[in-house]
Amino acid sequence: MAQLFHRSTNLIARFSIFGAVVFIGLLGYALYTIALSSWYTRQNYVEEQPVPFSHRHHVGELGIDCRYCHTSVEKSSFAGLPPTQTCMTCHSQIWTNASMLEPVRASYRDDQSLAWVRVNALPDFVYFDHSIHVNKGIGCTSCHGPVGDMALTYRAGTLYMSWCLECHRQPEKNLRPKSEVFNAFYQQPNSAHPVEFEGVAYTSQLELGKKLSSEYKIQPLQTLQSCSTCHR
Amino acid sequence: MESEGSQKSIAVKPEPLISPGHTFSSVTDKISAIVLSRGTTPGWVFGFLIGFALLMLLNMVVGLLMIKGVGIWGIRIPVAWGFAIVNFVWWIGIGHAGTLISAILLLLHQKWRTSINRFAEAMTIFAVMCAGMFPLLHMGRPWMFYYLMPYPNPMWLWPQFRSPLVWDVFAVSTYFTVSLLFWFVGLIPDFATLRDRATSKATKIIYGMLSMGWRGSAVHWSRYETASLLLAGLATPLVVSVHTVVSFDFTIAIVPGWHSTIFPPYFVAGAIYSGFAMVLTLAIPVRKYYQLEDLITDRHMDIMAKVMLATGLIVAYGYAMEAFTAFYSGNRLEHDMMVNRMFGPYAAAYWALIATNIAIPQLIWFKKVRRNMVSLFIISLVVNLGMWLERFVIVVVSLSHDFIPSSWGIYAPTRWDWATYLGTIGLFFTLFYLFLRFLPMISIVEVRSLVHETSEEGHHH
Repeated sequence: MAQLFHRSTNLIARFSIFGAVVFIGLLGYALYTIALSSWYTRQNYVEEQPVPFSHRHHVGELGIDCRYCHTSVEKSSFAGLPPTQTCMTCHSQIWTNASMLEPVRASYRDDQSLAWVRVNALPDFVYFDHSIHVNKGIGCTSCHGPVGDMALTYRAGTLYMSWCLECHRQPEKNLRPKSEVFNAFYQQPNSAHPVEFEGVAYTSQLELGKKLSSEYKIQPLQTLQSCSTCHR
Repeated sequence: MESEGSQKSIAVKPEPLISPGHTFSSVTDKISAIVLSRGTTPGWVFGFLIGFALLMLLNMVVGLLMIKGVGIWGIRIPVAWGFAIVNFVWWIGIGHAGTLISAILLLLHQKWRTSINRFAEAMTIFAVMCAGMFPLLHMGRPWMFYYLMPYPNPMWLWPQFRSPLVWDVFAVSTYFTVSLLFWFVGLIPDFATLRDRATSKATKIIYGMLSMGWRGSAVHWSRYETASLLLAGLATPLVVSVHTVVSFDFTIAIVPGWHSTIFPPYFVAGAIYSGFAMVLTLAIPVRKYYQLEDLITDRHMDIMAKVMLATGLIVAYGYAMEAFTAFYSGNRLEHDMMVNRMFGPYAAAYWALIATNIAIPQLIWFKKVRRNMVSLFIISLVVNLGMWLERFVIVVVSLSHDFIPSSWGIYAPTRWDWATYLGTIGLFFTLFYLFLRFLPMISIVEVRSLVHETSEEGHHH
């Protein structure tokens, strides 16, 4: 009886079995990579804003404190976005005719809010409170990255649960003295530049973190990692 | 083995497992002709369309579930598990007979499994597919079903490995995979037979691809036997473990009527009971319609009826022990649970259960009843119903009447509950009809091994 299939199908059959396994593995790897990619998470993506606001200029060069604009961060869950009046406190006096600032003046003139594009947003099923973090020694730049260097604003973290858990499983990695919370250029202690707290110079973040954890009465890990802490 | 002559002179000879007069080629001719030359008959089309219509109903219900959610079912507090779980356990239970016939009876060298194992294993695979729909559909967000799998995720969370619902995921998916593999491996030589006998090129190519290059060489047969034994060895513990894990869905809870150590063996016995009932429900019309009484003989039906009776008695023991321990335990809540089952709002279901699962199947003790295909068919349907009622009584009655009286409540199934159930029956019958039309419903290879027993020509092997 003549063969139904060409002899090459022997090879094809073996390769396709092996290939299927490799393919599934590669597919898994691809999905994993995509899920962590900035295309998916919007991490490091500069979002197009109505006005190209530069944190580097305002925070880095001029030294304006975070709280000047993000006013409710110490008291509320939401850090706050400034109303146009805040911008006009300076820009009614300086750069008054700059074309780049026309949308700001228009907003002030017409009493229409500027439509800022949200850079850091958590989904609705997550309860996040800024005030507790800021009042317990987590700096702005710990989560929001080197804002003082950002010419245009981008998200510094993935905002995945794993990203939050990295700190919530070991807060000592990110605690800083309360006086340094709003320091946009704070660097964690190392042997080159120690950080002083209560008269002691610390050269290791973990040591400083442990001290601060007990000083600031950070909740035990069981509470920090409990589901209902963030999913209320 | 002695020559045929001395065997014939013994007064009592067991009925043959294959009608005398068959040869190797007549067996192959008969079974492959159903697939290759019989064509699509009006009878088949009629049955298939009914199953397909119910499948379309399932399609509709699933769409509605995705859009509106599980509220379209009757589940509320306190009975938050209704038909979905009842049907899940019912379908999984049915599947167990196929694996028992395929795997355990292979390891026990029971020759009577040969003509029924193919469609019994097909029944298992389709039943597990129907069963698997329910855990997915009963989720609030079925599209997040993959959360049940342990994969590296951006939440750094594993599934709750302490939950029997997660164990179910592993048990059922293992069961499905092993059953499918076992069924497929057994089918390879039969696919080759169909490939060689098919006349149209397309049919040849399809069966040819499915037969994976089978040549019938000694090496292939040797590997086939080894693979069958290995898979049988893998599948055998699954028969016991899968339904045990399913029973853990209930036993892990503290609800009276659920928290019982008898559940694992009682569920496994019940699974085999309902499975054999379904095998009979399928075998009786199939052998009649396709004229296969010479291959699926009266002796097969007799044996299966007896297995059904035996497992039915184990299940009856389970019921008796439940009642006994409820009253003997002195535990007020267990006592109340049992009294509620017998005399509460669902008493009709409980007594129907006793009638259908314990009382009526006792008729099988009578040879006249189990040799009459009509009565056996009816009893098998009654047992199928009874096993469904058992799961209903276990799930719904215990949930409706647990600890605090203020928590008690009634469950009333909605039309969508029934529609989902009927829909899965449609899925099962659609798949089964397709199986009957396109696949050899009896294992050609295995039945040929029985031919020498009845052959006149004094074959030796």
